Amino acid sequence: MLGLDKKDMTTLLVVAALVLLAPFILNPFPANSAMAQFNAGYPDLMQRFVIFGIFAIGFNILFGLTGYLSFGHAAFLGVGSYSAVWMFKLLSMNVIPAILLSVIVAGLFALVIGFISLRRTGIYFSILTLAFAQMSFNLAYSVLTPITNGETGLQLTLEDPRILGQTATESGGIPVTNLFGIEMRGSETLYFGDWSFQFSAGYYLCAIIMLISFYISVRIFRSPFGLMLRAIKSNKTRMNYTGLNTKPYALAAFVISGMYAGLAGGLLASMDPLAGAERMQWTASGEVVLMTILGGAGTLIGPVLGAGFIKYFENIFSKINESVLHSWFSFLPESVENGAVWVAEHFVGGGWSLTLGLLFMLVVTFLPGGLVEGGQRIIKLFRRRKADDGAEQRAAKSHPAE
Amino acid sequence: MSNSKFTRRGVIKTGAGVGAGLALPTIFASRASAFTNEPTGSSVTLGFNVPQTGPYADEGADELRAFELAVEHLNGGGDGGMMNTFSSKALKGNGIMGKKVEYVTGDTQTKSDAARASAKSMIEKDGAVMISGGSSSGVAVAVQGLCQEAGVIFMAGLTHSNDTTGKDKKANGFRHFFNAYMSAAALAPVLEKLYGKDRRAYHLTADYTWGWTQQESIAAATEAVGWETVRNVLTPLAQTDFSSYIAPVLNSGADVLVLNHYGGNMVNSLTNAVQFGLRDKQVNGKNFEIVVPLYSELMAKGAGKNIAGIVGSQNWDWKLEDDGTKAFVKAFGEKYGFPPSQAAQTCYAQTLLYADAVERAGSFNPCDVGAALEGFEFDGLGNGPTSYRAADHQCFKDVLVVRGAENPQDEFHLVEIVEVTPVGQVTYAPDHPMFAGGNLGSCNPGA
Repeated sequence: MLGLDKKDMTTLLVVAALVLLAPFILNPFPANSAMAQFNAGYPDLMQRFVIFGIFAIGFNILFGLTGYLSFGHAAFLGVGSYSAVWMFKLLSMNVIPAILLSVIVAGLFALVIGFISLRRTGIYFSILTLAFAQMSFNLAYSVLTPITNGETGLQLTLEDPRILGQTATESGGIPVTNLFGIEMRGSETLYFGDWSFQFSAGYYLCAIIMLISFYISVRIFRSPFGLMLRAIKSNKTRMNYTGLNTKPYALAAFVISGMYAGLAGGLLASMDPLAGAERMQWTASGEVVLMTILGGAGTLIGPVLGAGFIKYFENIFSKINESVLHSWFSFLPESVENGAVWVAEHFVGGGWSLTLGLLFMLVVTFLPGGLVEGGQRIIKLFRRRKADDGAEQRAAKSHPAE
Repeated sequence: MSNSKFTRRGVIKTGAGVGAGLALPTIFASRASAFTNEPTGSSVTLGFNVPQTGPYADEGADELRAFELAVEHLNGGGDGGMMNTFSSKALKGNGIMGKKVEYVTGDTQTKSDAARASAKSMIEKDGAVMISGGSSSGVAVAVQGLCQEAGVIFMAGLTHSNDTTGKDKKANGFRHFFNAYMSAAALAPVLEKLYGKDRRAYHLTADYTWGWTQQESIAAATEAVGWETVRNVLTPLAQTDFSSYIAPVLNSGADVLVLNHYGGNMVNSLTNAVQFGLRDKQVNGKNFEIVVPLYSELMAKGAGKNIAGIVGSQNWDWKLEDDGTKAFVKAFGEKYGFPPSQAAQTCYAQTLLYADAVERAGSFNPCDVGAALEGFEFDGLGNGPTSYRAADHQCFKDVLVVRGAENPQDEFHLVEIVEVTPVGQVTYAPDHPMFAGGNLGSCNPGA
């Protein structure tokens, strides 16, 4: 179906189910229980999960397939965001033109940077992309302030023209981003006993776009073009010897991946109309590399998992503070409680990045294939048990295994 | 991964069957409320969004301490701190309008994006009715915009840029801290008195919004007393070594160096300038002087003895002698063992001001709270008589001009107060050109 084989179709369906049911899956704890701290099913974080999922999927097309490690992908994310916000300022608050422009601008930007950077491979390529991204960051931060509004970030104001929309609402506020009238920040809450599940319009728009992006990425992975990209990864020199110019393929992969990043940036701005320069900083570029490696580079679903993992830590663990810890450990005697809190507080709140770093180290050391490898090992564990049972039966029939 | 998903979905499905009958009446009943996150239970949640990682993490930690102290006092714990000296007596130590105050915290990372994500999670997940905190103007402006859209009140923490209550002002946002214009207005007369009318100033300015507004403010104020601005050089924010910027100062004919830097930037540029021996030089027959317009205790600590004799401005200092300050310093010192910074004081005051406004308005509705804060005149929060101006939601109060101590007795006495500039001298018209271009808009209760 849809030009996918059975296995890929299953993956796509699993991802679709996960994404569409996320409001339930991410809110497993009742709203006023102590564990509610770990609920992640609120609109903003769910949007971030899928948007950074798109970003990582796109990055994986470049890194996972061709092996070119770009350290400057955040530049495309930032360019996408700025384009989208400018569209909201000048044209209308509808998200469609904003997202389209952000993809196009990011694509053009990627074409220019890719054309120059792809003259080199390996570490030199990474350094070139890093340099371009830092250049973009500095331009956005100080030099191009009239366009980017510097460190404060580009925001909507009550004075923006918005030719096709309205400059200000009747009540004197800034209009909100919408899709033909459906407000992106609008959400409906489903109460279910103590549980509450939030369904946000913005999230479902992002989710659907993410599924389409995922589908396109699967098709690229399985296409002859994808095969060519893998060939570049395995041995570029040999490809050249066979008389094949690999550069157009690599450049195409770079531009596609830049357009994915631009799409993610445009969506970020559509959900929350602000574009800040730090979206282009090298740390942001590093983050997507981490997401991809953590989830499993070169796998279809890995980058999405990695993106979710990192965003979860950033948003959930950073909000656990000392008083929350005290309430958790209050069953202990006071001196032990204070000790436990003192140890734990280094890993939550401001220390969330420390926890993330430790987990990243563990994953890279013990699961070089990322979270996907972890999942595969668990599945294999169950399969092997089944296979053992099956093997006995087969032994009776004494058929060769293959 | 897929395993757990199916079981969980199974659980939800089974749960759906059982629960549907029980919960049917509440399904999709968007609980009607008049405004975003109307507190309906016995408690009310405030969101404290401070930098816990990144360059301003120290200030963020101090802000958080102040917030915790304020919540404790609001709920009737401790000795009540500045609630006893506050001129408004609406707060009774029983929470806000009888609801116990709870709070959630988040990490802004000093990035607009992360700060907004954190604030959004407080509003969407934790049901916060007010967001406070922040230690940089970029973050404050970004979060203020978010709160305006979401329909909650934003009580700005440490933000010094003119833009926060200037071109980026918002109806739902309120600032207690002073701003660059006020710094300049307070500093200029003192500088004139100390260093004379005929001075040539060289500016090094951090290359971002706050740096520019501060440089503009200082240049305008000093030129008004007769100084000449020789040159303004913009320095990248990430700069750590300022030697190459300091060397040209000597050949420029300037006799004053103004460092429009903050945080680590200021520590480094000042250290470089002192190491170059600028302060021992004689130019145009006068002693060479250095000015740091925005001071903070934490920066003073970083710069060590290099700040001796260097003049700057502060919003508040724990060594002030009024009752509010004494009560606050006592409560803070007893709890944490050291005196509070100005960032802590402004955050504590903002929390009390918000709670008090809710009590006086008799409602958590942001529009009612905003109306109660607008034009509110109060005293006893450490800055003397203060008023919240309705036109731009900026607090007007005295500004401190301080100087680095020559022989500090300990690390808490690094700065000494030179002068308390009266509020009249730092007041400006709401449509002053440095603040023009903004629009408060109308208050947004959300929902």
